[in-house]
Amino acid sequence: MMTLEMLNLSIAMPEMFLLALACTVLVVDVYLKDSQRNVTYMLSQLGLIITLILISQQTPQNNEWTRELAFNGLFVNDLLATVLKYAVVLLVAIVFVYSRRYLQDRNIFKGEFYVLGLFGLLGMMVMISANHFLSMYLGLELLSLSLYAMVAFDRENPNAAEAAMKYFVLGAIASGMLLYGMSMVYGMTGSLNIVEVAVALDQMEGDNIVLIFGLVFMVIGISFKLGAVPFHMWIPDVYHGSPTTVTSYIATAPKVAGFAMVIRLLAESMGSFQADWQGMMIILAVLSMAVGNVIAIAQTNLKRLLAYSTISHVGFIMLGLLAGNQEGYSAAMFYTLTYTLMSLGGFGIIILLTRKGFEADNINDLKGLNQRSPWFAFIMLIVVFSMAGVPPTVGFWAKLAVLKAVVNIDMLWLALVAVFFSIIGIFYYLRIIKLMYFDDAEDKSEINCTRDMQIALSANGLSVLMLGLYPAALMSICIAAFS
Amino acid sequence: MTFFEVVFYAFSTLMVVAALGVVSARNPVHSVLFLVLTFFAGSAIWLLLEAEFLAITLVLVYVGAVMVLFLFVVMMLDINITRMREGLMRYAPFGIAIAILLIVQMIMVVGPENFGLQAFAAPELHGADYSNTKELGRVLYTDYVYAFELASVILLVAIVAAITLTMRRRPNTRHQIPGEQMKVMKQDRLRIVNMKSETIDSEDK
Repeated sequence: MMTLEMLNLSIAMPEMFLLALACTVLVVDVYLKDSQRNVTYMLSQLGLIITLILISQQTPQNNEWTRELAFNGLFVNDLLATVLKYAVVLLVAIVFVYSRRYLQDRNIFKGEFYVLGLFGLLGMMVMISANHFLSMYLGLELLSLSLYAMVAFDRENPNAAEAAMKYFVLGAIASGMLLYGMSMVYGMTGSLNIVEVAVALDQMEGDNIVLIFGLVFMVIGISFKLGAVPFHMWIPDVYHGSPTTVTSYIATAPKVAGFAMVIRLLAESMGSFQADWQGMMIILAVLSMAVGNVIAIAQTNLKRLLAYSTISHVGFIMLGLLAGNQEGYSAAMFYTLTYTLMSLGGFGIIILLTRKGFEADNINDLKGLNQRSPWFAFIMLIVVFSMAGVPPTVGFWAKLAVLKAVVNIDMLWLALVAVFFSIIGIFYYLRIIKLMYFDDAEDKSEINCTRDMQIALSANGLSVLMLGLYPAALMSICIAAFS
Repeated sequence: MTFFEVVFYAFSTLMVVAALGVVSARNPVHSVLFLVLTFFAGSAIWLLLEAEFLAITLVLVYVGAVMVLFLFVVMMLDINITRMREGLMRYAPFGIAIAILLIVQMIMVVGPENFGLQAFAAPELHGADYSNTKELGRVLYTDYVYAFELASVILLVAIVAAITLTMRRRPNTRHQIPGEQMKVMKQDRLRIVNMKSETIDSEDK
């Protein structure tokens, strides 16, 4: 017989609260008039703050982190999960701050954006805490389904519909690949539980072609979701086509969840096949860095440019992951967390420059930003420098940590390739800075922006700088998460 | 060949043929009907695996409800088949090559060498008192309650997404408001204008 205590519900408190919150927002929103949508917004933000508090309550006894299981081993909580959950909730809350005026200007300030955003967040938290292939897949589908709907959310926009369609079809194929891979692993090990799979794989001897076959499919599915070359086709179209607030959502928090997916599926369960997936990841990483950085040079659309920049950053994250040791994983985690922060700042600036009937998504819209608003030009400068990896911003430390991990596993050539492509990448980052500081503004209109967004965006940009000056605290958390 | 094997091979052949029919049929309605056949053959194979509950659910839910709805949707949509097939011949060789490659790989991996009776012993057959439904129910709400609840959340999101994307308030649509119509008084609609009567002479001038 099993009892309710055996489910160990208390450690899944943040998830349960978030689910209740999303359902409450869904119901409350129905009774609101269009002029009262701010209530939906405020309720979502309040709920996210409470979720953050609940996550921070999840500290273990005696400050000793252990893997705590719940729901019969389908759910796990450890330091890694707590830190990543904290990050995704924070990122989504900031995206919501950025989104309000943009949505109002376009007459799409509707409750569904927040409801779907919260459900997507729940999906990410489920993925981060997954200790079972089943919960990982369900979390992924919950996230993806919310994202597909959010991309198509602006129904008047044909670009958004096209992007949503592409995203949906490719995402469904990727999910199918992932499931097929999981089914192969299940067939060989007889378990879907990540820890049990790892134990079963450790006991196996010799090469097992079925497991490698399953592993290939799993890696393909994961790369699709992360957007590594050659499975990156959807990224530029989706980033370009969706409303910019939705782009800022897709480009940030789901990357953290994707990182958790790689750790749980490849590092924790398929750890004994590390040599096999390392080879695949080297190819993915090199191609991502090459294609991302080279094609970004040709882009004139800012959202597409950031999309290709994302692809190249995914390549860097993979560099850390393929190292396959504690150093590599913590470097990749540091890179993921800081990259999402920079990416959020970049899209924040684009949202800042938009106004009613005008999308500031052309690279020329940044011209002379320094004359229009020196402060936000400075914030963008920090963000762009950080993406390029220029000290003293945090992007430099992230790149350094990842490269160090690669060099320490005796793959100097890979580190050199990475440096080579990031130097190519600096070209288009510098072009953005040139446009902001050395060109005259064509469009001299006032930047109108609400106070909360100004504060959030400034904090966002300054945190990139502060983390660059004092990276040790975050770095030590990342190292502790994998010890 | 035992009776068991005859049934298995008959239904698996049917399933593969029907699945090929789904993707190759010219008429989308035929595709949907082929899909029904695929599901039916699949449920027969599940019956052989003693998964009676799943087999019956597949027929009841998928064949009975989902596919009928699907059929309605396909019949309602105005699909231009010739336009859809425009790029087909151009991409066909590439697609077929990849498909053959995948099939060859799968046959090499998912064959009797790795999944045969030497690798895995045949599962025991259960007696007549075994209830598949009971076994499923026992784990569904206990061991897998988390996955079960998550699946329900996914369905909720699907509903929200579908309504968000399709329900629209068109400001220009013309529709009747019966209450307002009933309240109309004669003086609201009828305007009696007092005007001089005109004569034919005045028109001639």
